[in-house]
Formats: sequence, C-alpha cells, structure tokens
Amino acid sequence: MQVRKFFCLLAFFAFTVLTAHAQTAISATTIPTDRLVQPEELVKLLQSTSAQPLILQVGSRVMFGEAHIRGSQYAGPASTPAGLKALESSLTASPKDHLIVLYCGCCPWGRCPNVGPAFKHLQELGYKNVKVLYLPNNFGDDWVSKGYPTEHK
Amino acid sequence: MSLRTRLIVCSVVAVLAVIPLGATEPPDPLLHKPAAAFVRNDLQKRRIDLAKYKGQVILLNFWATWCAPCQIEMPRFAQWQKTYAPRGLQILAVSMDDEPAPVLEYVKKHPLPFPVMMGDEDLGAKYGDVLGLPDTFLINRDGIIVAHFKGETRLESIEAELRKLLDIR
Repeated sequence: MQVRKFFCLLAFFAFTVLTAHAQTAISATTIPTDRLVQPEELVKLLQSTSAQPLILQVGSRVMFGEAHIRGSQYAGPASTPAGLKALESSLTASPKDHLIVLYCGCCPWGRCPNVGPAFKHLQELGYKNVKVLYLPNNFGDDWVSKGYPTEHK
Repeated sequence: MSLRTRLIVCSVVAVLAVIPLGATEPPDPLLHKPAAAFVRNDLQKRRIDLAKYKGQVILLNFWATWCAPCQIEMPRFAQWQKTYAPRGLQILAVSMDDEPAPVLEYVKKHPLPFPVMMGDEDLGAKYGDVLGLPDTFLINRDGIIVAHFKGETRLESIEAELRKLLDIR
C-alpha cells in the first residue's frame, strides 16, 4: 500500500513537472526561420499595393498603448489562456489563408513569452499563412527607433 | 600611382568607411536631462513622489512579471537596496503588467524592500516610451538621468555605475 502510494505521488510529481515544462517551453526560438519576417521586409510590404497583412501585437497591452505598428491590433497577451482566446477572437473574420503577422517586442527575442505560444496556437487552429516579426532586442529599438510606421499614444 | 601609394589610399578609404559604422546609434534623448516627475501610489497604497527623493540616488526600473530577464534582476536589486540604502540609494520599481493581480502575487512570494508601482502608457511615455523590458534608469542626487540600461544588461555594469554615483570606491 505504501509502495503504491509512493508511485502515485511520483507519477503525479512527474506529470506536474513535465506539464509545467511544456507550458514554459514554447520559446520564440521554436518558430521556424522561414516563418520569420524581418522589419525591413514588413515595412516594404506595408508600403506596397499588395494585399495587406493582418498585424497582431500579442504581448503587453500597456506597451501596445504606448506605441504599435501602424494599423496593427492588440490581441494578447499570448502567454496567458485569456490572451490566446483574445487572439482567436480577433481572427473570426479572417480566412485561414490570409497573411497574418504576429509580433511582440517586449523582451529580447529568445526571452519573449508571447510569440511562441501565439504562433503555435494559430497553427493548431489551421491558419496556414502566419509569420512572426523578428525583433531581436525589443519593439522600441528594432522598429520605433528605426522610424518604421508607428502609431503612438 | 605607385603600389605603395595605392596601398596607402586603400587603407585610408577602408578606415574612413569603417569609422561611421560605430556612430549609427542615435544619442539617448533622456540622458543628462532631469528625470520626469511623477506621483503614484505603490501596491501598498503609499504615495510615491519622485521629487521627494531628491538628494538620493534613484534606480528606476521598469519591469513585468512575465519578463524573464526582469526576474533575474529583482533579487539583485533587493540586495542592492539593503546594501546601499545607508549610502543613499532608493530603488523604485514600475511594473508594466497589464493588471496588478500578478504583481501582487509576485511580491507576496518575493517580498521586495522598495516601492513597487503600476505603470501605464503615460508614465512609459515620460521615460521615452518603455517599449522593451527591462528598462532601468539611474538618477543622480540632483534628479538628472545619468545612465540608461535598456534590455538584458550585465548587472555588474549597473552596479559599477551605481557605486560611482554613491561615491563608493
């Protein structure tokens, strides 16, 4: 009986650890490189006459309020279940093959808790044309300071 | 043109081409300017007025509970507050979380020996738009911003600047 109890506890502990690890393991670095878009490329696209992408900021609402890519919408934070629901809600009118560009820029790329989960979630929902804006340092340094199209508060 | 002359000209051109590459970073518009005034209540409802800290050295840190590099900094900041308070250090932390709930939970688990306030777009805009975390300002005893550390920074660099401001050899 004691042995059974011990193995039950061990199994529960292992499950908890593995689940926690899975939740924290969706790093921005898991996004395939062919799904990344460089800031200069997005600027060119925004300035072109091609069909415009749906651009979604999936990070901090406060930071979105300070400044965001011109024409983008807020749909986060994707590191939380509520944020992923908000992301889903923002896409109800979007065809599954429409170009969607996600971005965050809260933190250095490898530390962002938002773009990885957002990208994964959209893939799971069947969105086939999702790209992520590569911001290696943060939104301020990699977009705003470069003079790219921005809306401020 | 002789080979020697051509080599000299090429070297000079190469050097002149490289020098501007180091000068593309625009100057920080906040440095050496007075720190923007603000009055906020902290999480314990205490009134925090930046002006009241004149005469002390301020480390003003913008952070968030979801920011991994910020989590690394916080315990060191707590240690610095305790170590350097007698020399006049005051750390003020501004959370850029969207809601206070996760911040309250964080400080309950990790009590901090300095005020923690909730930030917003207005306060962020006063400090040049806080568009990446962590973002740390060092303000001298006259209320002037003398250092600005954006993003993940070596804590030793921040501490070295702090010690200079506190006049610790």
